[in-house]
Amino acid sequence: MSKPDSRAEKAARIAHLLETEGDAVAENTRGFNFARYDATEDLDDYEALKREARAIKEDAIERLPELLDDLRGAVEYRGGHLYVAEDAADANAYVSEVVDGANVVKSKSMTTEELELNEALEADGAHVTETDLGEWVLQLADEAPSHIVGPAIHKSREGIADLFAETFDLGDDERPETAEELTRFARERLLAEIREADVGVTGANFLTADSGSMALVTSEGNARKTVVVPDTHVAVAGVEKVVPTVEDLAPFVELIGRSGTGQDVTSYVSLFTPPTPSPPVDFDDADTPMAEPGTAAGDGASEPHPDREFHLVLVDNGRLAMREDEDLKETLYCIRCGACSNSCGNFQSVGGHAFGGETYSGGIATGWEAGVEGLDTAAEFNDLCTGCTRCVPACPVEIDIPWINTVVRDRVNRGADPGTFDPLVEGLTPDDEPAGLDPAKRLFGNFETLARLGSATAPLSNWGATLGPVRAAMDRWLGVARERELPAFERETLVDWFESRGGPRVSEGMARREAVLYPDVYTNHVAVDRGRAAVRTLEALGVRVTVPASAAVGSGRAPLSQGMIETARGKAERCVDALLPAVDAGRDVVVIEPSDLAAFDREYDRLVRDDDAERLAANSYEVLEYVFGLLENGADPGGLTAGDGEAVAYHAHCQQRTLGLEGHTVAVLDRLGYDVTTSETECCGMAGSFGYKSEYYALSMDVGEPLVEQFGDAGRVLASGTSCGEQLDALLGEPAEHPVEAVAPE
Amino acid sequence: MTADTVQTFVANAERHHATVHRVARDEVAATVAESVDPPAVGVRLPWDLALPDSVATDPTPSELDAANTGVTAASLAVADYGTVVLESDAAGSESVSLFPERHVAVVRAGDVVPGMREAVGRLGDRLRDGASAVLATGPSATADMGELVIGAHGPREVEVVVVEGGDDE
Ligand code: SF4
Repeated sequence: MSKPDSRAEKAARIAHLLETEGDAVAENTRGFNFARYDATEDLDDYEALKREARAIKEDAIERLPELLDDLRGAVEYRGGHLYVAEDAADANAYVSEVVDGANVVKSKSMTTEELELNEALEADGAHVTETDLGEWVLQLADEAPSHIVGPAIHKSREGIADLFAETFDLGDDERPETAEELTRFARERLLAEIREADVGVTGANFLTADSGSMALVTSEGNARKTVVVPDTHVAVAGVEKVVPTVEDLAPFVELIGRSGTGQDVTSYVSLFTPPTPSPPVDFDDADTPMAEPGTAAGDGASEPHPDREFHLVLVDNGRLAMREDEDLKETLYCIRCGACSNSCGNFQSVGGHAFGGETYSGGIATGWEAGVEGLDTAAEFNDLCTGCTRCVPACPVEIDIPWINTVVRDRVNRGADPGTFDPLVEGLTPDDEPAGLDPAKRLFGNFETLARLGSATAPLSNWGATLGPVRAAMDRWLGVARERELPAFERETLVDWFESRGGPRVSEGMARREAVLYPDVYTNHVAVDRGRAAVRTLEALGVRVTVPASAAVGSGRAPLSQGMIETARGKAERCVDALLPAVDAGRDVVVIEPSDLAAFDREYDRLVRDDDAERLAANSYEVLEYVFGLLENGADPGGLTAGDGEAVAYHAHCQQRTLGLEGHTVAVLDRLGYDVTTSETECCGMAGSFGYKSEYYALSMDVGEPLVEQFGDAGRVLASGTSCGEQLDALLGEPAEHPVEAVAPE
Repeated sequence: MTADTVQTFVANAERHHATVHRVARDEVAATVAESVDPPAVGVRLPWDLALPDSVATDPTPSELDAANTGVTAASLAVADYGTVVLESDAAGSESVSLFPERHVAVVRAGDVVPGMREAVGRLGDRLRDGASAVLATGPSATADMGELVIGAHGPREVEVVVVEGGDDE
């Protein structure tokens, strides 16, 4: 049995979030994301900084036990206390004891959200106030954060004004309206709370083992007040936040603001070595000078202030086990900058309340939730990752977030209740996946089998698939959105066509290069036109092309996106076996479908033997990247179709962009005289099977909305990926062509 | 430090909405006097530099609360970002730089370093020795109320007085 009810519920929940929060979330996340591009562009060596940041985290997690010892030594040397808490209850009990029912001000910390510390302290009689403005808004509204950096980005200014007016019972004349007035109002209210506070609770973005210091990254200054005013400071952080030395902070200081909100640096990066030397600001004794009279700047700058007390609570809560888990371990490198959320097409539409597990949101949330809450929680929103990979270049510590999602999806599949097994799809293909696997996943993961059946029975198969009852059943049992047009299978596959025209047309002696055109499942069975165009284009540039029937096997990309890792591995092995002999014979592999190239490039080293993966990746090219290379090396473009100034709108596949291959297509089109506009959106919202699924259809269309805005009247639209083409078709009402079809000889 | 580094600092600090004055040692008190919006509190400067009488040192919490301006030293500045490094100390520099709506920071030209890496490098031994510091860039800000607002919990205005021509150059 599939679960039609939960699917419908999910669709309704997403629709509600799109309606109520979509606009505010979209504006903010897209704003952060564009700002990130600008801010990282002016870094001299962004890629080197990311590599350095990654290396520091790798080393730190590797040496974690030793660093924790060093950190303890440094903290205790200054008279502070360090406590490692096993789980949330343990951490909350410790902090509760320190707080002892007093007034607490808090600076935003996701780790304390994870622990539900506020609830625990309040249950113990404490009065807790969040001082980050966004977090305070949520506290008043009794809501969960929707974004790890901007917790309240889903709220509009009007919504906040209403909330303040209602909470504080403000008359019309006192009601703050503008962002400026709202900020002022919040500042004053919160200052009153800070004055009264006995204990300040903060998180820590980084902890340095050599000095016992913590870095706190903020723009508002609330963390500084939280630390400096009360005499007792409790910092709560995950054990993974430790880095070896102060000097190791340098790359993170340059990366964190840029990655998160696109600021080159946030207003304040506090480097506190608590207990700090600052005298507490005691408003109960407001007329006594805070410092010893006569003290000057720099005096006593290394001595802890005698009245200060400091507790560092480091939380394990599953993290040390993640460290032992080869696939989840990378999650611990995360610096919680939020870039993966901001660069995510789906997150840009529905924000963290759709992604949310218990605490974390966006791309990396799956890793965190799987590690700290368990698979069930992670499973709730793991589906929302389409595997488009746009978060990969955004992540400052180079975490392979899509891979973590794939792994968790695989584990969720395996954990599925065998009782949910559906015989309807069992026959599609035998595979190594568990019997309880969701039927829709099985369908999309086995697209290769479906395509074979489809071509063999076309055009009957196409006609059958459009019939109402069939679609209704597909919707009900497989979750295939009724609105979505299904691919039409061609009777004559690309391989058949190539054979029937008599094989290669460029003789070995005349060939500039020799290439195998990889007949991916979709090109071979559905988009045969683009395959034919690719053959003609390469031949016009002097390439001896072959399209071997033996290579007409799936790359494993489809099952991978459904989390069917074992099935993907089998297909990847077959694909490598089919293509590597050609590579060994000195031929290049030309790939039309960017997601297949991405699989060779990014995932095969996890699926097949490392050196096989490397050899295949090194010798495979996206088709227009290959054309670009041929033209650069002197091939004559004369035989291709020139643009003569024709305007074209081009949307690169998300994975192609991640691989840095968008520019080659644009350069080729430019060179042939096309007037090219490129799309600015991260992802069209389709990404493989995503837009086919009924619960995500509306979301998928919303993600594609920027494309409609930009390309609505563009005329001729080109797209390099299969799914992008289908999505553009659904969005614009006209199918997009592959760029190779535009440049191919008439 | 080269004049270029200071120039870069000025440009980047201004980009982050700070105002920068470059003055000689004997002009510091007068420049600070012009930069403050009274009432002002401050922390005695090192380097044999005096504050004007309009700035009250050894403030009480009430004075801190009532002040419109806080004046402190900055131990370093970072040219590439327009950042000043404010060290915490027993005199309460951290609070004085944070509570009032306007912060005036005094830094020596010779303490302007080119990049973050140099700044963090210099802070390494200081922190290992127990010091605390804030890398502060421009005024405080928030985007949580629906659009970017300058001035949240910290100052809305930042002025930096760069002292040129001392022994340190
Ligand atoms: S996974 Fe990477 S991009 Fe996402 S929040 Fe963590 S560090 Fe930032």
